[in-house]
Amino acid sequence: MREIDPEFTALPTRALADAALSRARDLGAEHADFRLERIRRQTVRLSDAQLETAADADDLGFAVRVVKDGTWGFAAGIDLTPDAAARVAEQAIEVAKVAAAINRERIELAAEPAHGERVWVSSYEIDPFTVPIGDKVALLSDWSRRLLADGRVAHADASLLQVKENKFYADAAGTVTTQQRVRVAPVVNAVGVHEGAFDTMRSLAPPAGRGYEYLTGPTWDWDAELASIPEHLAEKLAAPSVDAGVYDLVIDPSNLWLTIHESIGHATELDRALGYEAAYAGTSFATPDKLGNLQYGSKVMNIVGDRTAEHGLATIGYDDEGVETQRWDIVSDGRFTGYQTDRRIAHLTGRDRSNGCAFADSPSSMPLQRMANVSLLPAPGGPSTEELISGVDRGIYIVGDKSWSIDMQRYNFQFTGQRFYRIENGRLAGQLRDAAYQAVTTEFWNSMEAVGGPETYVLGGAFNCGKGQPGQVAPVSHGAPSALFRGVNILNAVKEAGR
Amino acid sequence: MTTPQETVERALALSSTDGCIVIADESSGANLRWAGNTLTTNGVTRSRRLTVIAIAGDSTGMVSRAGVTPDQIEDLVRAAEQAARESGPAEDSAPLIDAAQAGTGTAWDDPPVETSVGVFEGFAPALGDAFSAAQDDSRLLYGFAVHEMNSTFVGTSAGLRLRFDEPTGKVELNAKTTDMSRSAWAGVGTADFRDVDVAGMAAGLSTRLAWGERRVELPAGRYETLLPPGAVSDLMTYMYWSAGARDAHEGRTVFSRSGGGTRVGDTLSNLPVRLYSDPAAPGLECTPFVVAHASSRQSSVFENGLALNPVDWISGGKLAALLQTRQSAALTGLPLTPGVDNLLMEVPGATATLEEMVANTRRGLLLTCLWYIREVDPQPLLLTGLTRDGVYLVEDGEVVGEVNNFRFNESPVGLLSRLAEAGRTERGLSREWSDYFTRTAMPPLRVADFNMSSVSKAS
Repeated sequence: MREIDPEFTALPTRALADAALSRARDLGAEHADFRLERIRRQTVRLSDAQLETAADADDLGFAVRVVKDGTWGFAAGIDLTPDAAARVAEQAIEVAKVAAAINRERIELAAEPAHGERVWVSSYEIDPFTVPIGDKVALLSDWSRRLLADGRVAHADASLLQVKENKFYADAAGTVTTQQRVRVAPVVNAVGVHEGAFDTMRSLAPPAGRGYEYLTGPTWDWDAELASIPEHLAEKLAAPSVDAGVYDLVIDPSNLWLTIHESIGHATELDRALGYEAAYAGTSFATPDKLGNLQYGSKVMNIVGDRTAEHGLATIGYDDEGVETQRWDIVSDGRFTGYQTDRRIAHLTGRDRSNGCAFADSPSSMPLQRMANVSLLPAPGGPSTEELISGVDRGIYIVGDKSWSIDMQRYNFQFTGQRFYRIENGRLAGQLRDAAYQAVTTEFWNSMEAVGGPETYVLGGAFNCGKGQPGQVAPVSHGAPSALFRGVNILNAVKEAGR
Repeated sequence: MTTPQETVERALALSSTDGCIVIADESSGANLRWAGNTLTTNGVTRSRRLTVIAIAGDSTGMVSRAGVTPDQIEDLVRAAEQAARESGPAEDSAPLIDAAQAGTGTAWDDPPVETSVGVFEGFAPALGDAFSAAQDDSRLLYGFAVHEMNSTFVGTSAGLRLRFDEPTGKVELNAKTTDMSRSAWAGVGTADFRDVDVAGMAAGLSTRLAWGERRVELPAGRYETLLPPGAVSDLMTYMYWSAGARDAHEGRTVFSRSGGGTRVGDTLSNLPVRLYSDPAAPGLECTPFVVAHASSRQSSVFENGLALNPVDWISGGKLAALLQTRQSAALTGLPLTPGVDNLLMEVPGATATLEEMVANTRRGLLLTCLWYIREVDPQPLLLTGLTRDGVYLVEDGEVVGEVNNFRFNESPVGLLSRLAEAGRTERGLSREWSDYFTRTAMPPLRVADFNMSSVSKAS
């Protein structure tokens, strides 16, 4: 395991936590926690192999969260002195007192064992912040030039987002955690123009909880991916427009992760299902009365929530409420069996323990219930992607994510992709253009006839899942095998646009 | 305590490369969130961020950190300079803005302006009254109010010293029946909350919930549709963000001319639509000079301080300008028209209110707002999304019931070409984009054949 960045451990975390927690305790808080975070972000972006931007942005600060007389109080500060920490604790108590007058729901938290001192570091080899920025520009420039060398590529964009997140957490119950995780998101995108039409082809490499080795090592075959993009793009530009209608679909994990995110991940957040996000992110059709009863999908559907998966973007040792992270069932043999929770929501609904989904996206943000890595499990000994395709007479194989949208109760969704291939008599028969698939969540997942084997499984994801007001973003991964769906509605985007 | 002005001067004095831009952001915010007629969360925030952009030859290095103390300023400047030396040439490299090109800010020497929870002094009691009224009337109120004040100080090694204080606020109020089967929404942007009429917003929502007492199920299809100003903002804001000159010139947007170049000069609308930005637009005032913490396809750090002037993006129904940097203006041969943080749309001679347009409708849909809008196809700028919080059936000039929600697939550019009617421009808050863009004023629009692609069961 790599070590916590010494610049972070050199910060006066203990002294600040002690000052804040003791002040909160003295002022009568039933619960108090202290969180100090440093978040380093670096963005490198090139356009046609020329540097467009290279930007570093760091956040550093701390927050005190209390429950006082059954009401939340939260305050954040930036001055790293014990006096300032104590003052911020006082502010949090004051906020709780003010809010108590109009709070009608007593805040209580599900119990969590005190874990004592814990250190956790994510799984990576090379800290991207130790790599000179010139090396990153040179690598992205090389990738761009390889694309631009092909005459079928008119323009090439390349970017690399990198984050190193350090969290120190201490609560009055005795849990003290110091954690560090690293994530990277390398992307290349080629633009082609053909007979008055234009289109793009983006790399499929998902963002990952890995270090810089993800760009240079054997984990992802960048050479193969870069070499394939011009041909994929040219074929797409010359492809016929899809005939709208009902098709069988084989969906690659590079596309299916996003459908899982929107139609399962968000739908099984218990705070949403209870209405706490009703005015903004929305609610969920998967209401508590359906837990254990709803046939969410077909018998081959097994979904887990998992904040422990190696290289997962939502993976961490302990959440932002001091809860040790876990893996649990959300859908078992197609039946809806579990929610994602935080401590407040877990207690509110009579659960003994939170499953560790609290997360704050900055030192000045209050933790929200955020998504675990929610993943569709492969079938042990299940089919390859080619075998799934071979079982389709007339269908479409979808690769890569692109556009997404779902309604505020997670019923009606529409997705596009990077590539749509026609399937004829069990074989791929060239790309199609202008396709989008549109369905209702439970109808879609109940139409899933087969899932692929472990060799088809890929962990996809995103850095920027949004939720809450004020808005927060969270990184999250979703694992998926390839999967076969029967009878899904395909739209033609050109006809939808009325052209 | 070091002032932001002193911090800017100190960072510039420490600069040892060919040029330097320093941006000090002092931000404060206050927010209230409520659900089910009770406050759920609140918060007061304060942040301080220093951004140093070092220029070495034609390379730049940008480093931005929060909470920088005086003894850390030099470290920040050196980090930016190292990044500039390592990163290689910047494609947008250009001379820094001089005094003749610069915009006009407010008084440099004044201390930063802050907001506080006191901004809700009049609003919060009115909200409490609305909670009580809703409770008595078996309605549930949800929503969010936020006020932010950003004082931005820009200094450059070319001698510019510009500052601006920009208040940004909004209120979203959502009313639901206790069984959550009906929902109505209203939103408004505000600079100071003194112009927010909570009681009026709540009363309007009650009217809309009452409209929903009669439920009408309609299938997917193309419908005559009335879009209120907020829903028009949902669509036009995305179109504005998609109007980058460089992307258009490179052939990758709806504003690209087939065969090369941009579509500036093309007729986009059958009505004499004017779509424009103006940093001094009354009630929608925003920063009158460029503030770019990092370069992108539509902005350049080298243009920090450049004056932002009123610009017509669409004039007389024709595409008149695109979002430019100096680099893209040179590429396209078009005037330099950087983006501005507000957007207004007018149709000369259009005076009808939304209510008058409803009264003149034989049969059509009246929308409240749009939601989860995403780009499906950039070529026609086809967008998908959902209707939300009230779709109403209008027959013979009156609302006769509430309709199910729909997923739409529509292009804002396509819509402009087939407008049946526009009304009087009013401020309207985008439901989808107001986390980022609150300063909009749009007319209500009537579209004869809005594409409701499928039915959504969501309520």
